[in-house]
Amino acid sequence: MKEVTIIGRGGQGGKSAAAILAEAALENGHYIQSFSEYGAERQGAPVYAFCRIDEKPIRIHSSVTNPDVVAVIDPTLTAALPVTKGLSDEGILIVNTLETPQQIRDKLNFTKGKVFTVDATGISIDCFGRNIPNSPMLGAIEKAASLVTLEVLKNKISDKFLHKLGQEVVDKNVQAIERAFNEVKEG
Amino acid sequence: MKAKALSGAESVANAMRQIDPDVVPAYPITPQTDIMHAYAKFVADGVVSGELIRVESEHSAMSAAVGAGMAGARVMTATSANGLALMWEIVYIASSLRLPMCMAVVNRALSAPINIHCDHSDSMGCRDTGWMQMYAENNQESYENMIFGMKYAEKAKLPFMMCLDGFITSHGIEPVTLFEDEKVKAFLGEHKQDYPLLDVDNPTTVGPLDLFDYYFEHKRKQSEGMFLAKGIFLEVAKDFEATFGSKIDIFEKYHTDDADTVIVAMSSTCGTAKEVVDKLRVEGRKIGLLKLRLFRPFPSYELKEVLKGKKVIAVLDRCESFGAFGGPLFSEIRSALYEVSKPKICNYIYGLGGREIDMAMIESIFDEIEKYTTADIKDFVKYLGVRE
Repeated sequence: MKEVTIIGRGGQGGKSAAAILAEAALENGHYIQSFSEYGAERQGAPVYAFCRIDEKPIRIHSSVTNPDVVAVIDPTLTAALPVTKGLSDEGILIVNTLETPQQIRDKLNFTKGKVFTVDATGISIDCFGRNIPNSPMLGAIEKAASLVTLEVLKNKISDKFLHKLGQEVVDKNVQAIERAFNEVKEG
Repeated sequence: MKAKALSGAESVANAMRQIDPDVVPAYPITPQTDIMHAYAKFVADGVVSGELIRVESEHSAMSAAVGAGMAGARVMTATSANGLALMWEIVYIASSLRLPMCMAVVNRALSAPINIHCDHSDSMGCRDTGWMQMYAENNQESYENMIFGMKYAEKAKLPFMMCLDGFITSHGIEPVTLFEDEKVKAFLGEHKQDYPLLDVDNPTTVGPLDLFDYYFEHKRKQSEGMFLAKGIFLEVAKDFEATFGSKIDIFEKYHTDDADTVIVAMSSTCGTAKEVVDKLRVEGRKIGLLKLRLFRPFPSYELKEVLKGKKVIAVLDRCESFGAFGGPLFSEIRSALYEVSKPKICNYIYGLGGREIDMAMIESIFDEIEKYTTADIKDFVKYLGVRE
């Protein structure tokens, strides 16, 4: 089983990103589970969202404490929260930041696993004209962890948004995912 | 059909869409609200034909449900926690009128202090109200129990509560396979209410004054009705399996047959417990899980049979029963076993207000109760995962 934790702030779409990832994995023939940690919900408060992907039915209903992948949507949260907590030696950390993976490693004193960085905020502003970094983060997660495929992820975005928001929004999201997929840096 | 990624709330709403009840009176409360969000969208999109009545409180929601049901309508609603508490007066009236209806209860802790997360104190507070109750482990069960429950209620002429864990299942997304709309329609058939108020040619009085001369007899009959509902459960379950190919059981035995020690639990915790059972079985430990699905009518005879001869049993209650000897599930199971082999039995109160219950905690219960196969139980009622 692969377990993914997405850490963002209320309103940044972490919960939706975890759900889309789960739906894409289901489309890909996997068993899935996705949920968030609910507290006093408000814009800007830290939110943990989770996604589990497995080859067999997922029965566990407790929280994710040892994720295989952690994605931090909001760059300020690396300083505010223990984002690498529970991450294994082979764990993957993906951060939305202008900094390099090495800078993040130094900052978090994180020597193991793999670290990826991507300017999801910049890509989001380029593609949507505003800061909605969850779509590009999905592209970065896919590049870093290969949980589904880029194709399935893009199809899922299209399925979800085409009817409600139209082709233009789908295209922008697909573009954001592709850019993040190509631009994410490993170190 | 292909599985869809749905939250528990969406799964329940989809069951409601397929059942398409005549009347749904509802009032929002977290975490139930997601059910009515999804159902209200079906109403707005015109994919269902029933009437959604937006009332001013849960007391009114249940009152409108009783009124519509007595008029002859097929009725559904949903609530949580304090909403159910506010309904309570009319909840008791619905069952006393032998009125079938199906209500989803998204289990949430009761105030005070205010807490929106899961425990079972809301529906357990209704255990003596004369409603039938099932508890769902996951989203698929939540969906299937709703469809089953609607028919069960109408066959047994009693109201039915379908309980699912707040946030854990109600807001968690899982793969859910929906049945075909037409099959659900055919399974349920037309609802025919006994003595409907709208049958003006045969006028009846509902809920009149009934003092010491006959009230007791009416309650005795109501009690017998609930007792007979156990047999009806099995009949409807057979019909359900024949129609949909899916099994609805009083309980699920998970490696209990050859187990010496068994945990009895309900709802989403059972999924986590199954993982623990698998893990410990690999180590050769003779342990098992009994997942209770039907809580009312309480299957005391069936539980007695399945738990007979076990060495130690731990009952998990996600609910406190203040001043009682253990939680409600513990009391009932211990009482059911009194006449038979009297296995050692203890109680763990856990997860109040959404407190985490994980594999390590469940494993610690098995570690502890395995010791009781030879040692004496010191504390019969324990609190798991709380700061003392």
